[in-house]
Amino acid sequence: MIILTDEPLDPAAVTDAVRQDGNGAVVTFLGTTRDNFDGKTVTRLEYEAYDAMAVKKLCEVRDGLRADYGIDDIAIAHRTGRVDVGQISLIVAAASPHRQEAFEACHEAVNRIKTTVPIWKKEWFADGSRWVACENHEFADAAEHPHHHALATAGD
Amino acid sequence: MRYDVRLFALYRERAGAAVVSVDLPAGAVVGDLVAAVRADYPRLAPPEVRIVVAVNAEYADDAQPLQPGDEVCLIPPVSGGR
Repeated sequence: MIILTDEPLDPAAVTDAVRQDGNGAVVTFLGTTRDNFDGKTVTRLEYEAYDAMAVKKLCEVRDGLRADYGIDDIAIAHRTGRVDVGQISLIVAAASPHRQEAFEACHEAVNRIKTTVPIWKKEWFADGSRWVACENHEFADAAEHPHHHALATAGD
Repeated sequence: MRYDVRLFALYRERAGAAVVSVDLPAGAVVGDLVAAVRADYPRLAPPEVRIVVAVNAEYADDAQPLQPGDEVCLIPPVSGGR
């Protein structure tokens, strides 16, 4: 199961997708919207995806984990659009006959998703927003160009 | 040859458009396309930052030749976290 949707995610459904009688372990990871970053209050997150490539890369993550960990049952669901505090943006479920492979595959799945899948996360604060992981795109002269302030936006 | 280039997230906001067009000579490669977009939108990214490109939904290096009809997208850094 690979899901990319702007609807709320259902962790029970994603977990059930990997449950088999031959598996003795099921590990499910939920990524949820945290209410703070660096001491500031986060009001919501917004995810944007390059849909076609994101689905393709999520499938590649799943297939790579199957090959690397020798397990069959991996399911991934990612939400796009606005995700409020406490809501789920990412679910990874991995199941295996014994627990070690399921734990490791689930952990590695999240790492690979965060580095290879074209989905971007914007944190919204009371006074602005920032695209996560884009710190290297700050301009050195940003302070001199308030209208081009690198990562902050005044809101829509 | 005219290429429509899709922009996402930070790049989309900085350019003020989800799609921008560039004209390139025949035989152009990915690096030429990036240089053309950067010339039109110098505030897209600082000069020292490499802009990642996807061609037809796959990561492409700067030397990859472009073909008519290729779907080209500029890919900002993905979401990260720890």
